[in-house]
Amino acid sequence: MKEKNNAINQEIVGRGNRDGANLFRQWFQELTATAEEGKGAAYVFVMGSINEILKTFDFPVVFPEINSLQTAVRRVAGELLSEAEDYGYSPDICGYVKADVAVQLNRGKHPMGRIPKPKIAVLTNACNTYLKWAEIWERIHDCPVFTIDIPGTRADGTQTWQGHIDFENDKKYIVAQLKELITVCEKISGQKFDIDKFRETLTHANTMSANWKRLLELNTCKPAVYNALTDGTIFLGVANGFRGAEAGARYFQELVQEMEYKVANGIGTVTDEQFRLFFVGVPCYPIFRRFNEFFTDWNGVFVSSTYLWFASGGTNVGFQYDVHDPLESLAEGLLISVRDAMDSMFHQHRIVMQSVEPFHLDGVVYHPIKSCRTVSTGLADGRRHVIENVDISTLFFESDLMDKRVVSEAQMKNRVDAFFEGMTSKKQTAGRV
Amino acid sequence: MAVKPVLLDRWEDKPLEELFAYCRELVEDPDYPTVKKWRRSGGKVVGHFQVYLPEEIVHAAGLLPLKIKGAQVDGMEAESHFGSYLCSIIKTSLELALTNRVELEMFVTHPICDAARNLGAIWGRNFPYKCQILYLPQNPNSAASVAYLTDEYNRLRRDMEAISGEKITDEALRNSIVLYNQNRRLMAELYTIKRETPWLINAEDAYCLIALAGFIPREEHNALLANVLPRIKTRDIKKQDKMRVVFEGGFCEQPPVDLLQTINRSCYLVDDDLLIGMRWFLEDVSLQGDPMFNLAEAYIEKSSYSPVQHDLRKRKEDMLLARIKNAHAEAAIVTAAKMCEPGLEEQVTYSKMLDDEKIPYFISEFEENQTSFDHLGIQLETFVENLLFS
Repeated sequence: MKEKNNAINQEIVGRGNRDGANLFRQWFQELTATAEEGKGAAYVFVMGSINEILKTFDFPVVFPEINSLQTAVRRVAGELLSEAEDYGYSPDICGYVKADVAVQLNRGKHPMGRIPKPKIAVLTNACNTYLKWAEIWERIHDCPVFTIDIPGTRADGTQTWQGHIDFENDKKYIVAQLKELITVCEKISGQKFDIDKFRETLTHANTMSANWKRLLELNTCKPAVYNALTDGTIFLGVANGFRGAEAGARYFQELVQEMEYKVANGIGTVTDEQFRLFFVGVPCYPIFRRFNEFFTDWNGVFVSSTYLWFASGGTNVGFQYDVHDPLESLAEGLLISVRDAMDSMFHQHRIVMQSVEPFHLDGVVYHPIKSCRTVSTGLADGRRHVIENVDISTLFFESDLMDKRVVSEAQMKNRVDAFFEGMTSKKQTAGRV
Repeated sequence: MAVKPVLLDRWEDKPLEELFAYCRELVEDPDYPTVKKWRRSGGKVVGHFQVYLPEEIVHAAGLLPLKIKGAQVDGMEAESHFGSYLCSIIKTSLELALTNRVELEMFVTHPICDAARNLGAIWGRNFPYKCQILYLPQNPNSAASVAYLTDEYNRLRRDMEAISGEKITDEALRNSIVLYNQNRRLMAELYTIKRETPWLINAEDAYCLIALAGFIPREEHNALLANVLPRIKTRDIKKQDKMRVVFEGGFCEQPPVDLLQTINRSCYLVDDDLLIGMRWFLEDVSLQGDPMFNLAEAYIEKSSYSPVQHDLRKRKEDMLLARIKNAHAEAAIVTAAKMCEPGLEEQVTYSKMLDDEKIPYFISEFEENQTSFDHLGIQLETFVENLLFS
């Protein structure tokens, strides 16, 4: 019996990370083949990739954010940043943009293969840098650029919903843009828009969304079954790259099975979970493993993060498309999901405050970064608001997601250690340790 | 409010130099005495962050639109609300509110950049009044963008009505559009003077004349410009042998007036994008039909350019080139506010174009709070001398 259980454990536990890595390798192999055949791809971003339409036209998709992240994790970002800075870009702009500029200038050369050129760039306004980034490709490659403008929440707590005049106005605008995008895609691909295939991609996206939502909920259990920072980054890669694809839908079904198994058997992601943490911001990729160890060394685990919300383009909402009214429903889903992604950056205090109890949080880690004003600008103020309203320990420290020049490892570790010492003391005072 | 107060002190009889000094004093005063005077008379104020707001809608509601564009203040109160890697204008704008230098009934920001969009939420966490984003379209190339923006403006109209307590009629909107059309024509006339006879007005004086419009009613601003412009044209000032330059990079955070003065010492600043949102329309807004549609249509179809508007029809480098050529400029000063991501990114695009066109340019960064200009002055003089004697 014990042997049988071990065999099941070995097969299921860790499957998500293994399969995620395999899917990733497969994806980059396909991109490399596309590049080597001299064919192009659709360049998209994580917050509103519109994969649902692009996959209907069989466009290979390139996520430059993910490419850049990979260069940091694989420790080649420094050279790329320097190259882009030599080209003229300031040290003070987004590192993702600069690493990508260098990749483009090097004809797609990337540590995971070769990135094909864009034959179209599709972006949303979820991050303003997307707009400027696409303008760079326009100039380097002379490629068509299409923006899907998705109006966000106007003021905190004033989101409107189906039937409200403001919601319907926004939706009407998005529907019109999606129709225009389809026309552009037809022209570029030479293919007619296949509504049945489109329904299929929506169905796969529905499966993924429902499972993503479930995945986030599962980490409310104690012990946490995955690390929202490290495992979460793998999950995010698959969620973005394979949205609307059968492989992506299957992956998340199986991932939820794995996590449910771990919940049922009390298998935590760390062996002795002491501190349950919420992460706000973007990880420090140049020292990703070490960054995580700052926390796991104290038996701290990140049980959730705003990153899993916004970098999935609001998939956390779990929006289900109505395949009988596909285009209207896609517009509605984009409006609700991408708006939510923006809210989880601009109004992060709400997510943190509503997560404290269900996730049994001990602390909140704010990590603003030089590269990203979208995520970082409001964090100090959001933290102030949380501290004023909730009794929870917080840590605020800055670095970057790409640029090692602003990553001070020793200083960061000192701050993290002090944070844990404070939490330990708080627990002792409360008689919980 | 029954009677609108006059916010400026008596200025009609002042000599031009004295009037320019008065304007500068007001523009550099972070306490906004004119706005305080407006409030003392029972007036309500809507603060709006850079770059562009259809102020006509605010004006038609009888409210004072106040352009929030940072200030030369220390930022001590706002400091703890922000991290490190940010432009100054975001911090000092909030500082103005946190220190009660400006008091508002509503704050409006725009999706011009990632920091500005965050500012709505940050402001909202610190003040009880509504703080919102006016979602100006980021896809002006969509056939649906004008209709969308019309709807968005109507949403803003409802918000203005809620503050004023009165319906905004189409007639009131048209009256405001007439007033603002006149204002934009007067501003354009000032820029014609800058382009054609730049020796008649210093860069810093011209800037202050425009910036004044950000915190007084346009009725007063129109009266002032209508009085001053003919007087500028008849000044007896001799043309000097200075290089004609275009200044680019002042669309959001504003350079200190002293910086413009430094440029003026060695160059004629013949055109620029300073406070471009106030001069956003290149033609009059139509008075026929639905005023909200007309304002929306003008934003999309009759407007200038900036690094924070993405429009496939308006490649920024082409627009800058046209600005340089129209002004017969010999060089460009391509600046960006420190930590301003759109501005810094655009510098690269601009510099590549200027290289291709063989137009000399000077790349620089500035900050609204900078106080030392000697280094910049020497660099500029060297730049100019190199060109003059090459």
